[in-house]
Amino acid sequence: MLPILHAIQAKLGYVPYAAVEPVAKVLNLSRAEVHGVISFYHLFRTEPAGDRTLYVCRAEACQSMGARELEAHAKERLGIDFHETTADGRISLEPIYCLGNCACSPAVMIDTEVHGRVDAARLDELLAES
Amino acid sequence: MGATRVFVPSDTTARSVGADAVAVAIQSAAEKNGSEIDLIRNGSRGLYWLEPLVEVEVDGRRLAYGPVGAGDIASLFDANFLAGGDHPRALGATEEIPWLAGQTRLTFARVGIVDPRSLDDYIAHGGYEGLGEAVKLQRAEIVEIVTESGLRGRGGAAFPTGIKWNTVLGAEGEQKYVTCNADEGDSGTFADRMIMESDPFLLIEGMTIAGLAVGATQGYIYLRAEYPLAIEIMNEAIASAHAAGYLGEDVAGSGQTFELEVRVAAGAYICGEETSMLESLEGKRGMIRYRPPLPAIKGLFGAPTIVNNVISLATVPIILAKGAGFYRDFGTGRSRGTLTVQLAGNVRQGGLVEVAFGRTLRELLEDFGGGTATGRPIRAVQAGGPLGAYVHPSKFDAPLDYEAFAEFGAMLGHGGLVVFDDTVDMAEQARFAMEFCAIESCGKCTPCRIGAVRGVEVIDRIRSDVDRGANIELLKELCETMVDGSLCALGGMAPYPVMSVLEYYPEDLGAD
Repeated sequence: MLPILHAIQAKLGYVPYAAVEPVAKVLNLSRAEVHGVISFYHLFRTEPAGDRTLYVCRAEACQSMGARELEAHAKERLGIDFHETTADGRISLEPIYCLGNCACSPAVMIDTEVHGRVDAARLDELLAES
Repeated sequence: MGATRVFVPSDTTARSVGADAVAVAIQSAAEKNGSEIDLIRNGSRGLYWLEPLVEVEVDGRRLAYGPVGAGDIASLFDANFLAGGDHPRALGATEEIPWLAGQTRLTFARVGIVDPRSLDDYIAHGGYEGLGEAVKLQRAEIVEIVTESGLRGRGGAAFPTGIKWNTVLGAEGEQKYVTCNADEGDSGTFADRMIMESDPFLLIEGMTIAGLAVGATQGYIYLRAEYPLAIEIMNEAIASAHAAGYLGEDVAGSGQTFELEVRVAAGAYICGEETSMLESLEGKRGMIRYRPPLPAIKGLFGAPTIVNNVISLATVPIILAKGAGFYRDFGTGRSRGTLTVQLAGNVRQGGLVEVAFGRTLRELLEDFGGGTATGRPIRAVQAGGPLGAYVHPSKFDAPLDYEAFAEFGAMLGHGGLVVFDDTVDMAEQARFAMEFCAIESCGKCTPCRIGAVRGVEVIDRIRSDVDRGANIELLKELCETMVDGSLCALGGMAPYPVMSVLEYYPEDLGAD
């Protein structure tokens, strides 16, 4: 089921409620089982995302290099909390637990592009570019 | 004279600090200057503090320049770096950089050297020699060699790989599977990612050998969604290997079929636990399974299944190519071979250090790591991921050895080391361990699902000085309950970092 859900999300940006029934039908499962899978995994969205998604790493290696401050800065600068999207629909903010970029912490990812050694000023630059 | 070969790494970390812009700048400067270059996007050598690390090949030797920014390119051309000219960024011959020369690269022998997208390059650098040996052997002989080598899994349990394979070999079943756990979710680890991005055919070869060894015809790489580049490169490598006859029917003339597929995870940390990973591969919620039965007996879709980590599987080819004794001769005690240490977090010289077991933690942190990035004293090192203990500086003379670490309640695991300086608030780190467990718990067992939530609350009360003494006792009891009562390592080990804070950093919890 995961490859199907990934394909839906890649196409639409999220997995809408309307997708649950056809997926259940094709896999011969109940709607509850499909919903259960979608809700279990952090990376499946059930609401549309902004034009770009900013993932800020919250894990230990990044913490040791100021990720907590970076997280606070991102929230303040965008005026939103995790799992929210800016009012203009441009950016969604999500937490992430490790991008495997731990020797160049702190790290963020914008859509699928990872950036290392990101401080508040660098994050502002990245957001201005995106 | 032909084109000068120039190497600009393309792994995630190198790109995260600007390697793509450097590659573009070199290409356009070369065109402007009329210099003939062959720009190769290799993987990273793992000297991450020097990334982007550009190399040029002069008279058959590779010379390094780093860290190179796009702004350095003009002056590099002025210094005639294509002929090895001197420059403030010049580091000399790459292989002679002490940080690299002091390592024993067995699993990582090719990483950063080859073009990861080229099967020819892989073969030219000794690739598929292990499989070449394996096809000449009986199944049991392959398993015997892996067992003899002393190779152990890089998870918390450090289980001997050969014994696991032997169980799968002996298990009844028409269909068997080889699965690779590439859900490298632990903070402070990137060795798996490096293999997949910088030497993907190595993992394919290791899994193919595993398939031949136990008679499995299908393999799956469960790869985390957080690694988009690794997914892309692995898929490309699988297609190349397939086209060249290294996957598919009659693999490398062995007469056996082995197919391989990447399955993309979806951001659940618990799916790094083997039974949860199998559930996820089956398309279900990643809820852990009761054991027994072991996955080796009843694993994926109920069939006998090998579940190994990327590093374990990627180490198999060199063991087959050079023999069990070659690998076993490195190391100490029951920890044989090499450990791929990952220096991460607040460390001056972070990156991948592959060394034989037995070196001390201090050598790693000081000689290789060079202390903290901030220049302040090291106060704590979290070893083995978010479920591993915080190691106090009084333990830094401990050797890298599974058993030695276990003696003081720590876990060596995959060799991820996250360094913290003396500004760290260890109470906050203890709280995070519980918070992370609460977020990532699959919810199957109560000690983990409820215990982690209560753990955060108790630590919050301790930090706000509410009935501190009694709450510290309560926290200790809670940790004990979770360790003893949880079904898997998430709830069973999340208390370890907390207990290490209680034991070694009590002052941060306000103890007298």
